[in-house]
Amino acid sequence: MTGIFMVLAIVILATAFGLWHRSNSGRMKTVEHRSAGTTEHGVAILDAQTIGGDLGARATLVQFSSAFCQPCRATRQILIEVSGMVDGVAHVDIDAEANLDLVRALDIRRTPTVLVLDEEGRIRRRASGLPRKVDVIAALGQLD
Amino acid sequence: MTTTTEVCTRARIDPRGPRFGGAITTVVLAIALITMGTPVGSALLAWQVIIFALGAFVGLWAQPYGWVFRTFVSPRLSAPVELEAAAPPRFAQLVGFCFVAFALAAILLGSTLIATVAVAIALAAAFLNAAFNFCLGCEVFVLAKRLSSAG
Repeated sequence: MTGIFMVLAIVILATAFGLWHRSNSGRMKTVEHRSAGTTEHGVAILDAQTIGGDLGARATLVQFSSAFCQPCRATRQILIEVSGMVDGVAHVDIDAEANLDLVRALDIRRTPTVLVLDEEGRIRRRASGLPRKVDVIAALGQLD
Repeated sequence: MTTTTEVCTRARIDPRGPRFGGAITTVVLAIALITMGTPVGSALLAWQVIIFALGAFVGLWAQPYGWVFRTFVSPRLSAPVELEAAAPPRFAQLVGFCFVAFALAAILLGSTLIATVAVAIALAAAFLNAAFNFCLGCEVFVLAKRLSSAG
């Protein structure tokens, strides 16, 4: 009998976790900047050399991807689409595995993780999981 | 809703396949957990070790649950809206293999408690995969890389 209760408990806990995870996945969260020039995650400002691509004149969408990440492809499609649609927005895709120092400096734990940088390279929004296109566009609108 | 014109290959698969496999794995591991400590429980774990090993070390195309999906389930469904890469679900098979093989080894060494914990974690992951299309590689690969190269 113990086994049956254990299975039930696992299914209930996993369902709760799955629902919580799904509601958080892809949500754009505001990154708070501290007076020390850091954020709750670490590094606060990124430049072209660090991310291996030019910053957009208005904003940059930085994506961290990995080889075993299913939604990274869909995320890439959405970010490329948005950067093509909105003037002055660049998209940079970074392989997390090949850039572990940067991954640690930013405390990236999952892929895809999307950072929205303003024109100075300051990290303003952060999402882990596949973001919705409207949320990416809304995040860009809130930068000014 | 449009359907894909892509054809399933060994590298690009119907995403419903791994979820179907996850559902069977959930049932197998649930029964294994309930019958833990009996020969039936050990046999089910050994079976699942073989399943995961085929998926992880040979390929998803060689995984028996995937074969059942392609042969009996997929022909009755509409064409997939989009295909997905085989690498992420294959990584999940490898993680599943590690936990279930560890559990089997624990039983053979006489620790049902450790085996129970390992199977419970594998069961939760298989259930999340089937019910929520949970991407295990997204959650653990970068963290594992960070830990394994910590210096």
